[in-house]
Amino acid sequence: MPEFVQFLISGLTVGAVYALVALGFTLVYNASDVVNFAQGEFVMLGGMVTVFATAAGVPLPLAAVLAVCVSVIVGLLLYWLAIEPARDASPVTLIIITIGASILLRGAAQILFDKQFHKLPSISGDTPIHLLGATVQPQSFWVLGGTAVIVLLLYVFLERTVLGKAVLATAANRLAARLVGINTATVMALAFGGSAAIGAIAGILITPITLTSYDVGTMLALKGFAAAMLGGMGNPLGAVAGGLLLGLLEAFGVGYISSTYKDAFAFIVILLVLFAMPQGLFGRRTVERV
Amino acid sequence: MLQKIGHRYLILIVLAVIVAVLPLIFPSSYYFRVASLVWVSALAAIGLNVLMGSAGQVSLGHAGFFGIGAYAVAIGPAHFGIPPWAALLLGCFISSVLAYLVGRPILKLKGHYLAIATLGLGVLVALVITTESRWTGGPDGMPVAKLVLFGWRVSGSDTWYWVSGGLLIIGTWIALNLNDTPTGRAFRALHDSEVAARVAGIDVARFKLQAFVIAAAYASVAGSVLALMNGFINPDQAGFLHSVEMVTMVVLGGLGSVVGSIVGAAVLITLPQVLTVFQEYEHLLLGFIIIVSMIFMRDGIVPTLSRVLAKRTKA
Amino acid sequence: MTILAAKDIGISFGGVKAIDGVSFAVSPGQILSIIGPNGAGKTTLFNIVSGVYERDQGQVELSGEDVTGLTPDKLATRGMSRTFQNLQIFQRMTAAENVMVGRHLRERCNLLADLFRLPSVTRQNAQTRDAALTFLNDVGLRTSADVAAGSLSYGACKRLEIARALASEPRVLLLDEPAAGCNAVETEEIEELIRRVAAKGIAVVLVEHDMKLVMKISDHILVLNRGKPIADGKPHEVRDNPAVLEAYLGKHGAREAARA
Repeated sequence: MPEFVQFLISGLTVGAVYALVALGFTLVYNASDVVNFAQGEFVMLGGMVTVFATAAGVPLPLAAVLAVCVSVIVGLLLYWLAIEPARDASPVTLIIITIGASILLRGAAQILFDKQFHKLPSISGDTPIHLLGATVQPQSFWVLGGTAVIVLLLYVFLERTVLGKAVLATAANRLAARLVGINTATVMALAFGGSAAIGAIAGILITPITLTSYDVGTMLALKGFAAAMLGGMGNPLGAVAGGLLLGLLEAFGVGYISSTYKDAFAFIVILLVLFAMPQGLFGRRTVERV
Repeated sequence: MLQKIGHRYLILIVLAVIVAVLPLIFPSSYYFRVASLVWVSALAAIGLNVLMGSAGQVSLGHAGFFGIGAYAVAIGPAHFGIPPWAALLLGCFISSVLAYLVGRPILKLKGHYLAIATLGLGVLVALVITTESRWTGGPDGMPVAKLVLFGWRVSGSDTWYWVSGGLLIIGTWIALNLNDTPTGRAFRALHDSEVAARVAGIDVARFKLQAFVIAAAYASVAGSVLALMNGFINPDQAGFLHSVEMVTMVVLGGLGSVVGSIVGAAVLITLPQVLTVFQEYEHLLLGFIIIVSMIFMRDGIVPTLSRVLAKRTKA
Repeated sequence: MTILAAKDIGISFGGVKAIDGVSFAVSPGQILSIIGPNGAGKTTLFNIVSGVYERDQGQVELSGEDVTGLTPDKLATRGMSRTFQNLQIFQRMTAAENVMVGRHLRERCNLLADLFRLPSVTRQNAQTRDAALTFLNDVGLRTSADVAAGSLSYGACKRLEIARALASEPRVLLLDEPAAGCNAVETEEIEELIRRVAAKGIAVVLVEHDMKLVMKISDHILVLNRGKPIADGKPHEVRDNPAVLEAYLGKHGAREAARA
């Protein structure tokens, strides 16, 4: 039983990060139909910038804010310099562009920072909490709590504010949105900036537990994408559910099946979902019009 | 517009001439090695182009098949005592069978779903290779026995230059053949409009699968040759980054253009070599090339150049 | 001697019944037109009959064989072909290649032979190309044979699709708005073409908005409105049918038309 709870907590914690990455994907996908592979790099930037800023003497809270800002700027630049110029390209071309961007960001991080692993201090210390027989790090609660707050804020924003509705409208039909006066360029910028902020926060929260380095972005992007697919591409709540579920699957897989193939679980999940249920758990089936 | 038939042989002749003549300007064996790398990469790219350019199906996991071919010629002789040339054929067979089995369900997907599914497949292959270190030597890789053909030990960068160059010419010939045939037309038709291709009687699933298997076979052979050439192989050859490089070569050169794939491979391989000073900047450069070429030269080098030349000759 | 029969076809899209209880039958050499206001379900019906959509109820029979639910490529082997309302030509292939694809079922297609371009393949290519050129000639596109299909005019593309559909030598041809966007001259050419096709013994089912064309060439007309059949008969019967007038013109317009 204590084992089970252990896996549950660690699964949910890591799942929360996947959920946030997936949420970032979904936000951008909804606004622009683009699958942004560089999403994982925002998480990397959140962690790495904070680490190097604190090493340079900046107090931790300020460093974290700086990291989020850097990430948002990178997200906006990504949109303006790489996505917008290619806006009428095919979906595959756009994926390739974002893959190129993620490689570029990784290459830049490699040079600007270094190739080591880095850690951040936990927000409320490292004394483990004992819960139902399992040992839980306090940082886990920060991760889960932070994720819940972000999801809630995003929900309120999208459903209850005018700007949020504009984002949803753009997602549903970009041309129609423009025709009713919505500034789609603003919406896109918001989506990219927002997803970058979400990713950065996820990175800052998780680094005390899983460490960070210049190349954590790729795996996170792939797993985050698996989570988004699992929940149904384009569905924000689905993305969160998918992320948590994926984290749990990974944790239980590692605990009960095999720890050497830890990373494989996410990909097996992707393939199974795509084969059996391409619309995901909460997505809608579409019919192609001829 | 050149006559279709003449066009095909012209390309092959020019390619053969380039392969034959290039060594005359090589100052050292290092250049032979780089050129061989280009030939091998181009071979894989041509195969991928059949799938992506002709049949229009994206594959972001193709390095997986490359890796299978590479590790087949490493594991076969080392663990099973199979001669390398047999291991090459076996690797090609395994890749083709895997492509056939996995292709059926995967190719039902489209667009970015297909992209991610193939990506997942490639990553899984790379993971298995990295993890099963007893067979594969794990993340550090393993050595590859030399190829022995009829008692002749194939070694030396110049020898491999001719071998890989020759294979490239054969591979190019086959890919060019395909274009103006029922199969080639079926590929291009289902690329442009699946429903219309169906209405014309084309079993779309069957042809997509054929394209997938062909591409897998090409990648596998290329991987085997690279492994034999280098005498060493590591899991990066099957990794996601390599898959992305392969796709970039095809797209950069021009989707659908066989010559384009060769050009794309040449550019992507030689550019970092030219800028070896910037070893650290390899990723940065690759990412940059991808982004810029996709934005400004969306059709790829060869089609864009042909268009420019066509306009010039008209004016 | 019916060659194509649709029986009681029905399909819903998310709660909206797009087609509700539609049936028709066509014999070789006959021209059946399906007409109705926009949204009546004409193209949806086509898509069901040609295997692009899966119906919720009903059957489709081709030469007496139940072919319900078969995919378009299987229907093609049984002699059915069609064109599309929103063009589905192969943009990046030449006009000739488009029609050559239409000949696919008349070709032997062997992967290994094609990979190595055996002499038999080269010979067959020449035959296929000749056949394609003949079909292009029939629709007046012979001179555009080696032009990229994507650069042809709209009317030319429509005719190209017809040539491609005819290339498989079908026994049943479904034409979805063949005269859409055509001027008077082009429409007359289409009319001639359809007559020639029917004269060869091919059953033609037509979806059209051009009433003059429909009235002139149809042997039989089926009128749909909101997915339901509202009239079914010879052109002159349908033309004066009050229900048809009402569907197109509304109650007020129908009254006006009755007085005209």
